[in-house]
Amino acid sequence: MLSRVADSLYWMSRYLERAEHIARLLDVNLNQMLDQTPGTANHRWERLLSSLRTSLPTGSAYDAYILTHALTFDLGNSASIVSCIGAARENARQVREQISSEMWEQLNRLFLHVKRTSQDKFWATEPHEFFQVVKQGAHLFQGITDATMSHGEGWQFIQVGRAIERAGATAALLDTHFTNFLTEHPNQMVDYLAWVGLLKSCTAYEAYCKVYTADIRPECIAEFLLLNAEFPRSVRFGVGVIHTALQAIASTTGRNAGRAERLVGRLHAALDYDQVEEIMNGSMHSYMENIQRQCSQIHTALHQIYISYPIDSSLLA
Amino acid sequence: MQRMFSPPFTQYQLDTVYDEMFDSEGNTRPHYRALHQRLLELSPAELRQRQQTADITFLNQGITFTVYGKEEGTERIFPYDLLPRIITSAEWKQIEQGLIQRITALNMFLKDIYHEGHILNDGTLPRHMLYTCRHFRREMQGVRVPRDIYTSVVGTDLVRVTDGRFVVLEDNLRVPSGVSYMLANRQVIKNAFPRLFPNYGIRPIDHYGQVLLATLRALAPLQRPDPTIVLLTPGVYNSAYFEHTFLARLMGIELVEGRDLLVHNNVVYMRTTAGLRRVDVIYRRIDDDFIDPLAFRSTSVLGVAGLMNAYRAGNVALANAIGTGIADDKAIYAYVPLFIRYYLDQEPILDNVETYLLFDESQRRYVLENLDKLVVKAVGESGGYGMLIGPHSTAEQREQFRQQILADPRNYIAQPTLAISRAPCFIDGQVEARHVDLRPYILYGETITIVPGGLTRVALKRGSLVVNSSQGGGSKDTWVLYDEPQK
Repeated sequence: MLSRVADSLYWMSRYLERAEHIARLLDVNLNQMLDQTPGTANHRWERLLSSLRTSLPTGSAYDAYILTHALTFDLGNSASIVSCIGAARENARQVREQISSEMWEQLNRLFLHVKRTSQDKFWATEPHEFFQVVKQGAHLFQGITDATMSHGEGWQFIQVGRAIERAGATAALLDTHFTNFLTEHPNQMVDYLAWVGLLKSCTAYEAYCKVYTADIRPECIAEFLLLNAEFPRSVRFGVGVIHTALQAIASTTGRNAGRAERLVGRLHAALDYDQVEEIMNGSMHSYMENIQRQCSQIHTALHQIYISYPIDSSLLA
Repeated sequence: MQRMFSPPFTQYQLDTVYDEMFDSEGNTRPHYRALHQRLLELSPAELRQRQQTADITFLNQGITFTVYGKEEGTERIFPYDLLPRIITSAEWKQIEQGLIQRITALNMFLKDIYHEGHILNDGTLPRHMLYTCRHFRREMQGVRVPRDIYTSVVGTDLVRVTDGRFVVLEDNLRVPSGVSYMLANRQVIKNAFPRLFPNYGIRPIDHYGQVLLATLRALAPLQRPDPTIVLLTPGVYNSAYFEHTFLARLMGIELVEGRDLLVHNNVVYMRTTAGLRRVDVIYRRIDDDFIDPLAFRSTSVLGVAGLMNAYRAGNVALANAIGTGIADDKAIYAYVPLFIRYYLDQEPILDNVETYLLFDESQRRYVLENLDKLVVKAVGESGGYGMLIGPHSTAEQREQFRQQILADPRNYIAQPTLAISRAPCFIDGQVEARHVDLRPYILYGETITIVPGGLTRVALKRGSLVVNSSQGGGSKDTWVLYDEPQK
């Protein structure tokens, strides 16, 4: 497979995952605004922006309309849903002959829908519906990908892209929720909503209840989103996906993933055996930061081995 | 003579030009009867519904072309007309034989001028004609190309004139595009008129990809038994990018950009996740000028540095060869019938459009006296640019062209204004007549193959003669029929 193609498939998948993530966060947040006072709402927006590694548009207050617009429709903001879906589509366009027609059609349809939705229409109907379309569109794309594309090398790069993005995003979300965990003493009711919000932001609420019942406890949430082996949005699960995909790529290309393999194997093992009590007793923040840093190291190593390698190291006949 | 037509043909008008569906009395031509009948049966709402379904299919599949210079809406669907253009078996036979003859002669011409140059030495073609041609590539002098095939993929533009003859308008020997629309149009129309198909006896075109692949494989260096073939595209911002992806997928070959390739010791490699892999045949959709910054335009970032050396060393084949654009020069075009006589000792089966060469004094004098009746074209331009259409011009424009012609007569040719044929098109719920041309695609590998069909381009604006997609043109499916229509 062409290196450029692998790169585009990887980013196509990453960007779409990012768009879906933003849509879910905004959806949960707008929904929770209905139950909260303006003061706590500001706090939530702050947390949301920080988990997305973006900041308030200059000169604006924590205004739901402005922020939602910036994160949804603003083409000037690279972290908006429209920008991310546009970037995913642009990457797909670069490799149209590599993905199935059904995949391209789905991504293109999603892009056209998002681009055509006017702001007035968005607020006039239910924003929830719009986010629903984005989330479902991304899910549909994933399903179509699994059902219509050969599960070969290209598909593996798609898996890696999605899993790296997802693991990083979940870690960042946990980080922002637990940063001030020990110092804060907000009232119980709001707190409850915040933790449910965190679970819902990862579509994990129902899955969580099946394991821990509806007993909402921060350490259980941390354990579930970080260390659960079966839930597809937990960090451990995501790192496992990266690990498997990297091994598959190494075997199809006949090129050892080397450093990338070591990095992901180590992180995978840590998540397999770490205990939530220990993590919570230490610095949750640095633990989460560490995960994100390792994700980005895996990304770099992967790039150096398969995408932008030096020419003289790989002259084959 | 003009007779009343039934809906949806109430707006339909016959003109003095050839009409593809009706003869001059207004009777439906035999091969159009079944289609005509079907159109009379369908309500305008049903027709419109089918057109909309087709449009949506094109948009969702992203069958688009890129319009340069506009930020918003840079991707557009190529306007598609629902009604097929139908060509009889007898007409097609003549077109096919004519094109095979023409491409054979053009290829012999290219080989001749890049090697011994007989046609120049005996004075049949004036030397200055060749050396003043912008697309002549000195770098190709003496270079042996695989199987002596220069023009592997050609898309010749034909038009039908008033007496029903097809004549050649342009040869397009460099990187002709549009074949993907020919194939996509057929798919779409199968959904729109499925019931017409079984009885019409339409020759299939779906094997184009296979023939193209075989054509490219025929060029591979002989010692490479399982050659790697790639399609080289300028990238997603090229107006024909959709087509490049379409063809790469159709053939199951890699679609590469210049940055995916590199040349080492005169061998071309592509950068893959499994390391560098040798490339044997490149179907290139990049013009000569941009293909190798070391040999041609040095500012090009689309090409591959060193490619020309690998090509000269015989380590990689290019389709089409470098330097085929000479025969696209509109003044050289005028000589093609002469090439056919010179190399094949045959009379041309398909006629040229009569062309006046302006460096010839007597022809120039005639043209300058009749500028208001003729079409003047710059020899190196295409896509409808650099033209004077005499009957529609102002005195001022004519004066301007007169000056330009006198300043550089070699750079211009003149042709009579053509009355090109019209075919029925579905426009705003009605069927109306619009001007059409025809571009069949010719593949030259072990043999010359022409898939029975082509791209029929249509000038959708009323009265317009310009079929180019950049200027409001669209396309429609082209049906070539089997010998005996089964109905």
